[in-house]
Amino acid sequence: MSQTIAFDPVLLSVIQNGLKQVASEMDLVHEKTAFSPVISEGLDRANGLYHRDTGEVIAQGDTGLPSFIGILQFSTQHIIRLRRDLEDGDVIIVNDPYLGGTHLMDVRMLAPFHYQGRLWCYLSNVAHWSDTGGMVPGGFTSTATEIQQEGLRIPPVKIQRRGAIDPDIVQMVLNNVRVPEERFGDLKAQMSALKVGAKRLTALLDRYGADTVEAAIGELKARSERMMRAHITSVPDGTYEATVYNDSDGVVFEPLAIRLAMTVQGAQITFSFAGSSPPCKGPMNCPADLATSAIYIAMKHIFPDVPINAGCFAPLKVERPVGTFLDAQYPRPCAGAAAEVCQRVMESVFGAMGKAMPERMFAAPFGTSGNFSLGGYDPDEDRRYIMYMFSGGGYGAWKDGDGLTNGCSSLSIAKTQPIEVLEQAFPILYEEYAIRERSAGAGRHRGGFGLNYRVKLLRGEAKAAFVMDHGVTGPAGLMGGEPGGTLAIEVCQRGQVTLPPHVSKGEGYALEVGDWIQVRTPGGGGYGPASERPEAAIAGDLARGYLAKA
Amino acid sequence: MENWQVGVDVGGTFTDIMAVGRNGRTFRVAKVPSTPGDQSKGVIAGLLALGIPLAEVTSFVHGTTVGTNAILERKGVRCGLITTTGFRDMLELGRRTRPNLYGLTGSFDAIIPRDCRVEVPERMGAAGQVITPLDEAAVRRAVAALLEAGVEALVIHFLHSYANPAHELRAAAIARAHWPNRHVTVGHEILREVREFERGSTAAVNAYIQPLLWRYLSRLEEELAANGMNRKLLIMQGNAGTMTARAASDRAAQTVMSGPAAGALAAARIGSEAGYRNVIACDMGGTSFDVSLIKDGQPALSAEKDVAYGVPVRVPMIDVHTIGAGGGSIARIDKAGLLQVGPGSAGSWPGPICYGRGGSEPTVTDANLVLGRLDPAAMPGVEHPVPVDRVRDMIERVIGRPLGLDARAAAAAILAVATNHLAGAIRMVSIERGEDPRDYAVFAFGGAGALHATALARELGIPKVLVPRYPGATSALGCILADLRHDFVRSVGRPLLDCDGAEMDAILAEHRAAGEAQVADDGVPIEGLVVKHEADLLFRGQSHVFRIPVTGPGFDPGRVFATFCQLYRARFEIELGEMRAMLASLRTTVLGTRRSIDGGLFARHAAPAEPAIRQREVWFDGRGWETAILRREHLAVGATISGPAIIEQLDATTVLDPGASLTVDPSGNLVIAVGDIA
Repeated sequence: MSQTIAFDPVLLSVIQNGLKQVASEMDLVHEKTAFSPVISEGLDRANGLYHRDTGEVIAQGDTGLPSFIGILQFSTQHIIRLRRDLEDGDVIIVNDPYLGGTHLMDVRMLAPFHYQGRLWCYLSNVAHWSDTGGMVPGGFTSTATEIQQEGLRIPPVKIQRRGAIDPDIVQMVLNNVRVPEERFGDLKAQMSALKVGAKRLTALLDRYGADTVEAAIGELKARSERMMRAHITSVPDGTYEATVYNDSDGVVFEPLAIRLAMTVQGAQITFSFAGSSPPCKGPMNCPADLATSAIYIAMKHIFPDVPINAGCFAPLKVERPVGTFLDAQYPRPCAGAAAEVCQRVMESVFGAMGKAMPERMFAAPFGTSGNFSLGGYDPDEDRRYIMYMFSGGGYGAWKDGDGLTNGCSSLSIAKTQPIEVLEQAFPILYEEYAIRERSAGAGRHRGGFGLNYRVKLLRGEAKAAFVMDHGVTGPAGLMGGEPGGTLAIEVCQRGQVTLPPHVSKGEGYALEVGDWIQVRTPGGGGYGPASERPEAAIAGDLARGYLAKA
Repeated sequence: MENWQVGVDVGGTFTDIMAVGRNGRTFRVAKVPSTPGDQSKGVIAGLLALGIPLAEVTSFVHGTTVGTNAILERKGVRCGLITTTGFRDMLELGRRTRPNLYGLTGSFDAIIPRDCRVEVPERMGAAGQVITPLDEAAVRRAVAALLEAGVEALVIHFLHSYANPAHELRAAAIARAHWPNRHVTVGHEILREVREFERGSTAAVNAYIQPLLWRYLSRLEEELAANGMNRKLLIMQGNAGTMTARAASDRAAQTVMSGPAAGALAAARIGSEAGYRNVIACDMGGTSFDVSLIKDGQPALSAEKDVAYGVPVRVPMIDVHTIGAGGGSIARIDKAGLLQVGPGSAGSWPGPICYGRGGSEPTVTDANLVLGRLDPAAMPGVEHPVPVDRVRDMIERVIGRPLGLDARAAAAAILAVATNHLAGAIRMVSIERGEDPRDYAVFAFGGAGALHATALARELGIPKVLVPRYPGATSALGCILADLRHDFVRSVGRPLLDCDGAEMDAILAEHRAAGEAQVADDGVPIEGLVVKHEADLLFRGQSHVFRIPVTGPGFDPGRVFATFCQLYRARFEIELGEMRAMLASLRTTVLGTRRSIDGGLFARHAAPAEPAIRQREVWFDGRGWETAILRREHLAVGATISGPAIIEQLDATTVLDPGASLTVDPSGNLVIAVGDIA
């Protein structure tokens, strides 16, 4: 195991920061140069360093999408297993969800990093491309029944060999995606991040010596593990259960149950999903690695101070959810899992922890990414477009306060795009972008409020698709608090207003000029009985009109 | 007539003031306690301490924290918002974020509460076309309702007003006719740029602090006039230019970061004059460390800053990176057994243990004391100091034992970790921008900057450190050096190569004319006028703009495109020339340059009559060194000293580590060659 000798505490901190800065610089280059707004504005990308033998995460950038905390580690492990022929100067591209992935739109790249003539670690990154082909522009289908409908599935292949890009692979990829020139930009951005990372890491190793850095990595891992174990020890032993639901798989209108049994024993936690719903027909099957990654993010939200490296996750044992929709097998479709199932798995962890230590937890957050895509044609500019929008919702309340209004989804830190920018880029008009009144879960502290927007088509024609959730049940309250309001979508076509049969999911809605879509996102759960809410707080909410209309 | 030019920097603890007279041939410096309730009292006290007749003041520039502090402490005035139907919650919704990367708790209150946000029917499209005409009666009703609700400052902010401001202008005319004071802020007048949340937030911040600045500056102007001053009061902007007090009250958002901007500007000027055009300005005080990058003699500017969570201000300001690390930063051992320093601070109350005000947590200042770097007998403003032995015991108990270190080793570890944090902040402003810090010199100022600068430079492999003659008064000097400055921006949002050069030239000419008019209106004597044009560009599909200078003659899209591709490749190691370049916006800066100060003013040429010889044991690199303790005012131009040495002066202490050496340059700056550890 790691040396128990006292590591120079200063050098250790310096190396810890140094490694993180390599990853952060990769994040920065990636974000600034990318073409998919979901990468550049949404920060839906991550970069990091991974161990050469185990594939375990050494460091990941601070501004990387939390959702990718575990993903790049698992992805690296699959590539190490499958590609024993990697050489200095090679770059692998892969988006197969069944190999440590999420959905096809998340494209991962990996480069072996060599130092002084030998493999030292792997650099890897992932980014959500605006399109990777498939039946729905933008990839967010809610009705696919096999992965082939979802887009191009790339196994781990070399897009660069010994420093030279393989034009055949590039062409093969670009021929199968929409708006290929922008995707080529995304591809270049991702590769330049790997290049900059290698440069910075070389400088770090030159400075401190490869052996010292290696020893520090071992020590940092041990310390993260110790820190996580100290936190877990403070949670009372026992088995805590939570059952949460996704609305449906988009094809069969039945709820999908996630049944978590979380067993805390000393300094370790075991997570079991036995008894959850079986694999589903529609695209809500979740790769097992993604479910594990969701647990990691949830734990990081609960204990935010533990630095991310493999040690942080060592005390967490996840039983493979065999035979459930949380262990997606080929050719099950998975387009909706990365956003919606992932967040529901996190919610199950929040729920179970809420039973174990309610005074230190928060009620459930809104728990959906609110993915709304519009693919259309603008006659004024003679241009086809894909618009892709996600939205915020209310956070759960906690012991000391109300939940945040219009927070970011718990697996993301992405900002939404400005309305003015969206209206410049696409032939649409937002008639309303407002707080969704009365959506917060009541409680001594109330949840945060969801969002309420209405968008109208101004020119041409378009097709709308939604992959959202929490339309059937609202995010749960804690300690007697009430659930937040459920998500609602309305579609108005030729003056006729309809609700999607699956409430939160649907696609193929053909829009003409003047047609509109209204989305109301969930509020967060409340904390403590509503009867205990102070008069002054209620008066404040009334004065501000938060409780005004339905 | 001495023709004094006066600069004042009001900090959290002290008000520093400097005056330069007789066309740069004489100067005075003073330091007085700040008066938080009414900062003008401290300013007047400082002027009296300088002992100069105000009638002889030709310019008076003030760096102020009134606005910034009001935002941070949420003590601005009650504001109202009139906005487009459907969008009154914009300031509260923001762009869907959370306060911390991890952890789902925390809260946010918009600086204009919901009951003071009123919608009126009107709507512009993205192309500036009217979709819904302005309902003027609704504007009148909204104004009346907000006045009824006790609102003092008003914001008018409509969607797409950057593209067509007609509705905002009409609504503003209606409102101004009824509003009882001058505090009406109009979105596009503050920022003519796309992105409704950032524009609205900037306008809201402006309104929130505008009346406070107006009252404060009016009072100060009156007091200055009563004391005989007959010149306009000038205010430092966050972009390191100045504007009149009246303009500052109207465009209050531009005073955010006013103080740090003055410091960065001084660092740029003093550094350039000393032959160091690339410096990293490091201002360290009691609670914070402000770093900014100065390349080729120019401080870097950023387009936007989050003054607080969910409160972005989008005006050009000096790109200052601030971390919570200063003399008062607290050292502790975390759950993983790692030594952490900051961001918690003991502040000035209770302050470090050694202040004897009940502080019990070891701080960076305590560590400096235990290692002999600070003189226990000369703690500024400390009446009942704690004996060094007790400080040493506390450090040993709290930090030393858990790490298995003795008191001195623990103190050294605290400094080393603190230094590492400071280095991290420097990496943020350099490496993150593709700059290697080793190509720069450290410019150390503020009360604590020069204490850590040599160690900090070593940590980063930076070869040189510059310490100005008056580290504590450097920001006040920056106020004297600042030019008049006015910035303009216009969103374009078109493919670059489709742009009509003549049309772009017209926009730039309009900027230039407005800037020249404002400089003339400032009524301050200037030496010259400088106009700079820039373009924000990106490749179609991207969302991050890249800023490049636009040089004449005329706006030539082809030439601009070539420059863009070349600079882009240099920064990101990526070729995107086949993509379509978009011109996002055009920017213009108009400067009225002021007479510069010759740095030689501060130099001392005569050798000291009696060089004081004092020695003290100071710890460096694990052992005690007999170290010379020198007075700064005894160091004449050309003097050289080898480390270890400590140089003390009223406003700062400079530590010269073993292996380092310093020379006093012709301007009186200490130029330290960092060297290696001896």
